Amino acid sequence: MYALIALGYTMVYGIVRLINFAHGDVFMVGAFLAFYAVEKFHLPLPAVFALAAGGAAFLAVVIDQVAYRPLRNAPKIAALITAIGVSLFLEYFTALHQVFGPNYYAFPRPFRVVSLEIGGITFTNIQGIILLATLVSLGALQYVVFRTKVGRGMRAVSHDYVTAGLMGVNANAVISFTFALGAALAGVGGVLYGIAYPQINTFMGVMPGLKAFTAAVLGGIGNIPGAVLGALIMGQSETMTTAYLSSTYRDGIAFVLLIAVLLWKPAGILGKSRTEKV
Amino acid sequence: MNLLKNIAKAVLPFAVLSGLLLFLSAREILNPYWVQILQLACIVAVSALGLNLIYGFTGLFSLGHAAFYGVGAYTAALLTKLYVGAYGDEALLATGAVFLGSLFAGGFAAALLACLVGLPTLRLTSDYLGIATLGFGVIMKVLFDNADSIVPQLGGARGMTGIARMTGIPWAVAALVAAVLVIRNLVHSTYGRALVAIREDEVAAAAMGVDTFRYKLIGFTAGCAFAGVAGGLYAHLYTFLHPSTFDFLKSFDVLMIVVLGGLGNISGTLVASFAWVFLLEGMRVALPPEYIEFRWVLIPLLLIVTMLVRPRGLFGVREFPFLRSKVYR
Repeated sequence: MYALIALGYTMVYGIVRLINFAHGDVFMVGAFLAFYAVEKFHLPLPAVFALAAGGAAFLAVVIDQVAYRPLRNAPKIAALITAIGVSLFLEYFTALHQVFGPNYYAFPRPFRVVSLEIGGITFTNIQGIILLATLVSLGALQYVVFRTKVGRGMRAVSHDYVTAGLMGVNANAVISFTFALGAALAGVGGVLYGIAYPQINTFMGVMPGLKAFTAAVLGGIGNIPGAVLGALIMGQSETMTTAYLSSTYRDGIAFVLLIAVLLWKPAGILGKSRTEKV
Repeated sequence: MNLLKNIAKAVLPFAVLSGLLLFLSAREILNPYWVQILQLACIVAVSALGLNLIYGFTGLFSLGHAAFYGVGAYTAALLTKLYVGAYGDEALLATGAVFLGSLFAGGFAAALLACLVGLPTLRLTSDYLGIATLGFGVIMKVLFDNADSIVPQLGGARGMTGIARMTGIPWAVAALVAAVLVIRNLVHSTYGRALVAIREDEVAAAAMGVDTFRYKLIGFTAGCAFAGVAGGLYAHLYTFLHPSTFDFLKSFDVLMIVVLGGLGNISGTLVASFAWVFLLEGMRVALPPEYIEFRWVLIPLLLIVTMLVRPRGLFGVREFPFLRSKVYR
């Protein structure tokens, strides 16, 4: 779950060095699109996923074009503040009665939940689907980034934005593509979230978004397997805290972990530490 | 003689400002609601000046400012509450001596915590420091939520009530004037130059003999002390504290103010703080009730547009004349 969102964060950060605070809200929009697709139009499940992913990707490209691109050469903090602005805007705009509304909505279950037990551990088919979706997107991402032309462009832009442009890479198009890809994953994540925890509202993206980002940092930002690893560690530690300590400490423990890891390995678990150039 | 002159210089703006405001509120030209908002604006400005010292002047990306604000608020509120509870003596509290002491204690608590947090985390750079302080902010929120299991008076997730209402116009204005003076004198001193040098280029600053880690810690601690004092004032203005007032999203608010005003710019921070508070509250009055939820739709839009038009903040590098350095005037 966190893994899917964390992947989007890590990709965007890896390329434009921007903490995209609006990512959690793109995730929320994906969940809402899925909600309408299931509730109002009774679309089949693959169509729901496609719609959520496509809608989220479209939204992310629009955000990038309108809000981030003009600030590409501005101080980094300007883009960060804009990202916070976009995030707040998406949350409160969609909370208007004319848009999605401020209430909690019950997400309809598109299929029956089945549990099965393997070796004393109980699985539900939802967990299975989430696991599958995460693995598939991880594999797909690795393929895109390391085996395709766009992926080569992404790596080039990530390494050096200006030089990549000089080498004939259409840097802005690559960045837009990255945003779209990350958002599509967030959209899928949104649908899965809706299925797993059948209650959605327009502020649901804040905490998962933040934690996904933390997960990405934990694993080493800009590193795709790192994001998944970080997300797994986060998810486990939260579940453990809820189980053995108290659920009120749940939000804190992830960050205690984060700070501990950052002090031990400042670039994250799988991150390569680079010496800052003078 | 010189000393007297300097003291007069510091007291004058305070006397004029608070006298004017008290006069206006006594004549009911300003209604109590706006007086309260004005005090809030002063408090926000003090806190924002602290963050400006941390991020604007020293270049340390901190996303945990609201947590230090909260520590100051809870410390100060707890102290006055315990004092009133133990002695039941409102008279000394009313003279302000106890209040002043608890404000300082709030600032000190925030500074102490900042020092403890800063010691390990300030070795991190840029965004990693940001995310570590953000994490610290979330941890503090969780602690505030569960604080009542250790000290029942803190109220935990139910909020802290029964705080004496102490903050008034003179207090808020005095805090603001003091904060502006301290920041101004600090940034134009040797310390300030060292901080700015670290912001511009840490390696070069180290090469010039600046003990970068020590100065970073000083900048961070001092900035957080401002937040702590501001928090104490806040607690005794609204007489109610709730952990949600100090969660990490509130750190973003302060960050936005500082960036909107212009990093490393005192005038900008002042103007942006007042503009921010009055815009938030002004829209509450200006918008018809059925459109009240558009407030938070318009503010981000305004924010985005401002950033697109002026990426270096409203003021850029220009300062009000009284805030400029004497050397380069």
